Amino acid sequence: MSKIYESYLELPSPIIEEIKKLVIKYKLSDSDLKEVLNRTKKAYENKLIEPGEAIGIVTAESFGEPSTQMVLRTFHFAGVSEMNITVGLPRLIEIFDARKEPSTPIMEIYLQKKYSESPTRVKEIAEKIKGNTLQDLASEFLLNIMDSHVEIKLSRNKMQELNINSKQMSDIVQNALKTVIVQQDRDSLIIKSTAKDTKLSDLYKLKEKCKEIHICGLKGITQVLPMKEGDEFVIYTAGSNLKEALEIEEVDAKRVKTNNLFEMANILGIEAARQTIINESIKVIKEQGLSIDIRHIMFLADAMTKSGVIKGVTRSGITKEKESVLAKASFETPIPHLVNASLVGERDSLNSVIENVMLNQPVPLGTGLPGLMAKMKDTKK
Amino acid sequence: MTEVYLDEKYIGEVDSPREFVKKVRSERRKNNLPNALNIFYDSDLNEVKIEMSRGRARRPLIVVENGKPLLTDKMIEKLGTELTWSDFVKKGIIEYLDASEEENAFVALDEKDLTTKHTHLEINPITILGICSSLVPYANFNASSKLIIGNKFQKQSLGLYASNFLIRMDTDVSVLHYPQIPIVRSFMSDIYPHNEYPNGQNIVIALMSYEGYNMQDAIILNKGSVDRGLGRSTFFKPYKLEELRYSGGLKDDIIIPDKEVKGYKSERDYRYLEEDGIIYPEAKINEEEVIIGKISPPRFLGELEEFSIAANIRRENSVTLKHGESGIVDMVVITENEEGNKFIQVRLREQRIPELGDKFASRHGQKGVVGLIVPQEDMPITAAGITPDIIFSPHSIPTRMTISHLIEIIGGKVGSLSGKYIDGTTFDSRSEQSIREELASLGFREDGTEVMYNGITGERYKVRIYVGNIYYQKLKYMVKNKLQSRASGKVQLLTRQPIEGRAKGGGIRLGEMEKDCLVAHGASLLLKERFDSDKTILYVCENCGMVGMYDHFKSRKTCPKCSGNVEISAIELSYAFKLLLDELKSLCIYPKLILRSKY
Repeated sequence: MSKIYESYLELPSPIIEEIKKLVIKYKLSDSDLKEVLNRTKKAYENKLIEPGEAIGIVTAESFGEPSTQMVLRTFHFAGVSEMNITVGLPRLIEIFDARKEPSTPIMEIYLQKKYSESPTRVKEIAEKIKGNTLQDLASEFLLNIMDSHVEIKLSRNKMQELNINSKQMSDIVQNALKTVIVQQDRDSLIIKSTAKDTKLSDLYKLKEKCKEIHICGLKGITQVLPMKEGDEFVIYTAGSNLKEALEIEEVDAKRVKTNNLFEMANILGIEAARQTIINESIKVIKEQGLSIDIRHIMFLADAMTKSGVIKGVTRSGITKEKESVLAKASFETPIPHLVNASLVGERDSLNSVIENVMLNQPVPLGTGLPGLMAKMKDTKK
Repeated sequence: MTEVYLDEKYIGEVDSPREFVKKVRSERRKNNLPNALNIFYDSDLNEVKIEMSRGRARRPLIVVENGKPLLTDKMIEKLGTELTWSDFVKKGIIEYLDASEEENAFVALDEKDLTTKHTHLEINPITILGICSSLVPYANFNASSKLIIGNKFQKQSLGLYASNFLIRMDTDVSVLHYPQIPIVRSFMSDIYPHNEYPNGQNIVIALMSYEGYNMQDAIILNKGSVDRGLGRSTFFKPYKLEELRYSGGLKDDIIIPDKEVKGYKSERDYRYLEEDGIIYPEAKINEEEVIIGKISPPRFLGELEEFSIAANIRRENSVTLKHGESGIVDMVVITENEEGNKFIQVRLREQRIPELGDKFASRHGQKGVVGLIVPQEDMPITAAGITPDIIFSPHSIPTRMTISHLIEIIGGKVGSLSGKYIDGTTFDSRSEQSIREELASLGFREDGTEVMYNGITGERYKVRIYVGNIYYQKLKYMVKNKLQSRASGKVQLLTRQPIEGRAKGGGIRLGEMEKDCLVAHGASLLLKERFDSDKTILYVCENCGMVGMYDHFKSRKTCPKCSGNVEISAIELSYAFKLLLDELKSLCIYPKLILRSKY
C-alpha cells in the first residue's frame, strides 16, 4: 500500500497523513485510494499558485487596502483598555518596520499546571515577576542641601510585602551606584556623593538616578496583570524581559511569549521570531475586524526572516536586498543608490517589475513571462 | 473687590459683583439703560464686563422671572395691533443677549422645561438651528450628522439665486427653470424669503429598486418628467477681456485678427465675430471658437527681428471657449474699467437638461446621482395611474436613519392630495399620526404604500411600494462640468507625457497604485501599452552604450562620441527613461546601455 503513496510525493505530508487515517476508517480498496489520491492531487494543483503570479504585489495590496481603513479607526480606541496598548496601523507599521523596541512591550507568561490554578498563588508569582525600582519601595525622596546628601525614606509595608529588608536595600543601592556612600539609618537610606563638592544640580541628578534603581523582580516590567484564560491564569505584563522570565521556576517556559520580535529572535531563534510576526499581525488585523489571508502574512514574515535575522520592510531592510539598482532607486533615497551603484560599476539585467515599467518594456510576470519559441522554415530554400 | 470694564477699558471696581450686574440688568429692562448694553460677570476671573461696542452678534430671548416668562399669551394676541416687537424690547420682556452675557444666562428651550433657576426662554426652539437647518421639515427625527450634510446640499442647490440674475455677471451660476415652494415646510420658509426664492421641486418618489440602475445612491428619473421640465436649469458663464496698455505706447486691439498675425486660428473660428471683434448675442458657439478677437503686441520686444519688414508683428490673444464647452451668447457688455481701459464682458448661457450623472438631493442629506432615465411608459404605475418622477433605493434609509425623509414623503402626499401645505416645523410640526389619519381619510393606505404595476410587463409587484411626494433639489454638480476623456493630444514639453487638467484636454493619470493593480493581475502587455504614451526610438551605440543619433544629411546613424564605424541600433523605450539617463549623466554617472537581441 505504501507504494501507492510514493507516486504522490508532491502532496504535502499532512494531507497524506490525513488520507492514511481515512483509508483505515472507511476501509478503502487500493483502486479507491488511487482515485482519492488522484482527485486530491488535482484539487491541490488547482490551488497552487501559477507561474508568473505576482504574489509580492498581491500581498502588498492585501495589506495596503485594509490598512487604509485602519488609519481612520485606530485613534478611536484611545484609553479604553486597562493597559493602553498600541493597536491598529501604528502597531502594524512597528512590526513590519522591525523596530528594535515595540512602543508597548508586552509579555504573556503562562505558568506550569500546578501553579496556574489558584488565584492567590498566581498573584504571588505575579508580584515576584513585577520589577520594582527604588521609587516603588520608597515613600519619600528628600534633598538635604545643608549636608548635600539624598535621603530616601523607605516604605515598611511594601518592603514587607516583597520580603526584603533595609540592609539588602542599601547593598543593592550601593552596588548600583559606584560613586556614592550609602548609609542606613533606621527606615531611611542616606546617599552621599564621594565627589568633593556637590552642586545642587548634581544632587538633583543623583536623586533622579536613585529613583530608577532596580531592586527586585524582573527588570523592565512595570505592570503585571493576571487574567483568567480558560481554566488557568495567565500573567500579562507591561514591559518585556523574556530571558529572566524563562528562568523563573514556576513559569511554563514552552509557552512564554513576548511581542518584542528581536527578543524572540535572540532567545528563541529566528523561527520563533517569524511566528511572532505572524501572530502579532493577525492579532492587529483581527482586532480591527478585518481579515487578511494568513498566507500573505506568512509570506511577508518569511521575507523578513529568511536571512536569519529580522529585516524590516524599509530601505535599510529587505528593500536593500533587491538586485536591481533601478528598483532600489525607485523606493526612497534614489541618489545614494545610484551613486553607490556607479562606484562599483553595477549592472542591472532588468529582471524585475519596476525597471521594466520605467523602460516601458513588458514586465516578466503574467502574460509577459512566457516567451514563444518557434522553428522557422528556412526561407532561403 | 471686582474690577469693572467697559468695552475692555477699566472703569472702576464694585464690592458685590452679582448684585451690581443684577441691578444693571434690571435698569436695562426698565429702559433706563440702552438695550444694546450687555453685562457679564466672569466668576473665574472675578471681573465684570460691560459691552457697548458694535459688531457683536446678539439674539433675542424672552425674559423669565420666578419660572414664569414675562411674555404672556395675551400680549402675543395684541402683537401687531396694539403692541409691536420694539414695545416688548422696551418693556424688558424680550432682551438681546450677546455671546458673553449668554454665559450668565440659563436658557430654557421650551416653556414646559421652565424652572425657577431659568433666566430666559427661547422664543421658539427652532432658533437653536441655523437658516438651512430650520428649513428642513421634521428635522428633529434625524441624526444631527445628516442634518449637517443636508445643509451642505441646500447650499449647493439650484434655484432662483437672485431675482436680478438677468443683468448680473456671476461666475458659473445656474438658475432652475421651474422652482416650487415645498409642500411640506417649516414656518421659517415664510420668515426667511424662501418662498420667493425656492430651490427645488415637489416630485413624486417611489422607494423601490429598478433593474439595478439605482444601486447604492443612484436614482432613476422619469423621462416624461424630464421632458416636462423637471430639474431643468440654465447655466451662465461669463468671459471677460480687458484691452491692456503696455509700455512704449503699445496696446491690445480688439478686432478680428488679420491672417498675418502670429498664431492665427482658422477663418472658421472667427466667423461669429462682428466688425468690432466681439461676438453677437444669440450666437450658438462651440468649443475652441473665438468669443472676442484680440491681438497683442509681442511679449518681448526682442522678438522684433531687426531685419523683419513686418516689424510690427503682433500675436493672436483672443478669448476662446475652452475645451468641451459650448453655449449661446446671452449678453454682451462693452464698458470701461477703473483704469480707463476698454472692458468687454460676454455671458454665455446653456440649457442643462438632467442627464445621466447629474446630482440630486432631498433636504435630508439623501443625495443621489442619476443612474438611468426611463421612458414614462416603462416606469412603474400605481393603481391610480401615477408614475413616479424619481425612483429612490430603499437601501439608502436603514443605515442613515433619515426618518424625516420618510415622513416628508407621506406629508407631501397628503399635502398634494388635499391641496394644503403641511407644517413640518422642527420640534413643532404636525404630528405624523394626524397626517396618516388624513391620508387614510383621502382613500389611501395610512402607511403610504400603494399597489404598483411593472411598467414594462404590466405585472403587479408582489409587494406594496412606498410612494409619495417630496421636495427635491438639483445640485450644482453636473456631469457636463466634470466629463473628461482623451485619446491622444497635447503633451508636456519636458517629459513628452500627456498634460494634466480637464480644461486643457489632459489625461487622467494612471498612477502608481493603478499600475500595481495591473501588475497584480499579470496584465503585463496591457501595462506596457498604457504606459507607452511617451515612447520614442533611441539610437544606441553598441560600443559606448550612450545615446547616438540619426544623421539626416548623411542618412546614417552615428555616435557623436565614438564616430567611426560602430554599430548603432535603434531601440524603443520611454522618453522618461531617456531623461533619467540624462539626469544620471549630470550626476557624473555613466549609464551604459548594453543591448541584447530579444530573439
